[in-house]
Amino acid sequence: MAELTYRDAVARGLAQEMSRDSDVVLIGEDIAKAGGVFKATVGLYDQFGPLRVRDTPISEQALLGAAMGAAMTGLKPVAEIMFSDFLAVCFDYFANEIPKSRYMTNGQVKVPLVVRTGNGGGSRFGAQHSQSVENWCMMIPGLKVVAPSTPYDVIGLMAAAIRDPDPVIFFEHKSLYATKGEVPDGEIVDQLGVAKVVRPGKDATILALALMVPRAIAAADRLQAEYGINCEVIDVRSLLPLDTKTMLSSISRTSRLFTVEENPRLCGWGAELVSIAVEECFYDLDGPPVRITTPHIPLPSAAVLEDLAIPSVERIVETVRKSMAA
Amino acid sequence: MNEEAAAVSPSQETQLRIYRTLVELRETGQKAHDLFLQNLVKGTVHLSLGMEGIAAGCAAAMKPGDLTFCTYRGHAHTLARGTSIEKVLGELMGRDNGLLRGKGGSMHLTSVEHGVMGSYAIIGAHLPIACGAAWRAQYKGASDISVCFFGDGTTNIGAFHEALNFAVVWKLPVVFVCENNLYMEYTPIADVTAVAQPAADRACAYGLDRILGDGQDADAVYRIAKTAFDKARSGGGPSLLEFQTYRFSGHSRADPAKYRPAGELDYWRDSRDPVKIYRKRLLDLGVGENVLAYIDSETQRIVDDAAEKGKAAPFTSTDILMTDVYADGGSAWRN
Repeated sequence: MAELTYRDAVARGLAQEMSRDSDVVLIGEDIAKAGGVFKATVGLYDQFGPLRVRDTPISEQALLGAAMGAAMTGLKPVAEIMFSDFLAVCFDYFANEIPKSRYMTNGQVKVPLVVRTGNGGGSRFGAQHSQSVENWCMMIPGLKVVAPSTPYDVIGLMAAAIRDPDPVIFFEHKSLYATKGEVPDGEIVDQLGVAKVVRPGKDATILALALMVPRAIAAADRLQAEYGINCEVIDVRSLLPLDTKTMLSSISRTSRLFTVEENPRLCGWGAELVSIAVEECFYDLDGPPVRITTPHIPLPSAAVLEDLAIPSVERIVETVRKSMAA
Repeated sequence: MNEEAAAVSPSQETQLRIYRTLVELRETGQKAHDLFLQNLVKGTVHLSLGMEGIAAGCAAAMKPGDLTFCTYRGHAHTLARGTSIEKVLGELMGRDNGLLRGKGGSMHLTSVEHGVMGSYAIIGAHLPIACGAAWRAQYKGASDISVCFFGDGTTNIGAFHEALNFAVVWKLPVVFVCENNLYMEYTPIADVTAVAQPAADRACAYGLDRILGDGQDADAVYRIAKTAFDKARSGGGPSLLEFQTYRFSGHSRADPAKYRPAGELDYWRDSRDPVKIYRKRLLDLGVGENVLAYIDSETQRIVDDAAEKGKAAPFTSTDILMTDVYADGGSAWRN
């Protein structure tokens, strides 16, 4: 058991899989000698060499397209798109090419790759380097989408993503890179499509993802201590496939549902989950489901503005308290 | 012909193969056109009538295991690698015997067993993908090359430029083949392009040779392609080839191509038809008229038979609507 940062967990997860399988190769901008702009691939170039850890030009279409071509002919590439905002410049590959090939070719073409990308706000980078864009991917049939919140989950889900035969978009949260967590020694392999109850409770279910998970846990602790409201917090972890069983079972038990989403309001993952809950366990609910999200605005840069926009512990506490009192 | 040119010229056996391919592509293209007019092919088709010399010449210069990447105008390139005519026509007609059982259609023909790694309907998308396949060959020390076909219009989209730079920097075994048929969809390519030859004139920006050839002469295509393929295969890196050609039909079935100046089509059809040019060459080289007539009639019979089999085949099974989205064979996104 060792304490590891989320950032170092990325490198450890990659190293674990690269040691196991020589077909696993890394491609991205500044990931090799420089170790990545977020330092998430430090040491891998030295350990695995220039053929397996390769820098690309600033050409997101070329690098994602190349990852696809390599995947469909036998490699297991892990491509880094530095900031998830940049997925917009190579949108064709994860909207039209990577996810649709298997279906369009009646199963002939397979694209087993992983796209890692730095997602989310809190770094004061402004509207083009701070977005949470999981919903850009969640809406596309053929992709799998995960977003871990702890170093332990980073390693296990990275292994699961790399071993998965389908394309996986792997959202790393920029504001979590420096956070630490306990990680056991040895190989760690998790499973895609499994949500995790990270704080059991009985009065309300709070669904959260990535950076919102630690905030939801902190909010739940305060709601318990200050108001006697005992919330169950579920780390959604995987948006595709979606573990509705774990979530619906909790909602049916607690009878209240809150989602905490960093994405702007419209079409966030929480909307889909609320819709499923309303369709499938409406009569178990004691009140309307409530979504706590970033407003439908581009993210501002200044600390006071960005902190106001992204759901905070305070906002989660206040929203849950008021809704539960109503 | 000098010694160097002779080394990359097709043998007579290869020339007969090229002729057969040319006729197959012409007859199948014509059949696709006819089936569309009979309302047996829905949606759209993008024909390569008049452009067959590039597909036939390049395919003859490729080796088994080499990979083809093409666009939505991909019937010719898919067939030229040996994909079944019956399956291609079945696919156009949405039948159960179709190459993709109707899941892809005219714009997405793919036959992995023949090295045809897909037909891509988003302009430029497949150039980086071909780079990736070539990267895999380089990484694994495999001897195959990737050949990526596209039209003149593709040279004005970003992915073209990203892929060329990437392929040169990584010295990948990939060959980019531009089929310049003078029109990007409905607009003359010259009206929207900064240089006269949309691909060849850009090659120098990536440190590549300016290579321009006659796409109506399949032997010329073969020689140029073989030189580039040999270079890629031996570790010499990528090439960008541009072949001048012309499509006898509109951009797609929706396009009557009325934007073309009077006489242009007649000129290309009468004087620059790649099938006629090749047939005359083989006759001049002493190949018997009876040999060519046999290829003509035999191919006609195969294509007619393929079309009839497609017409007789059931429409594709609706059971497959929800299959093969994910590797588990299904489409489940939740438990």
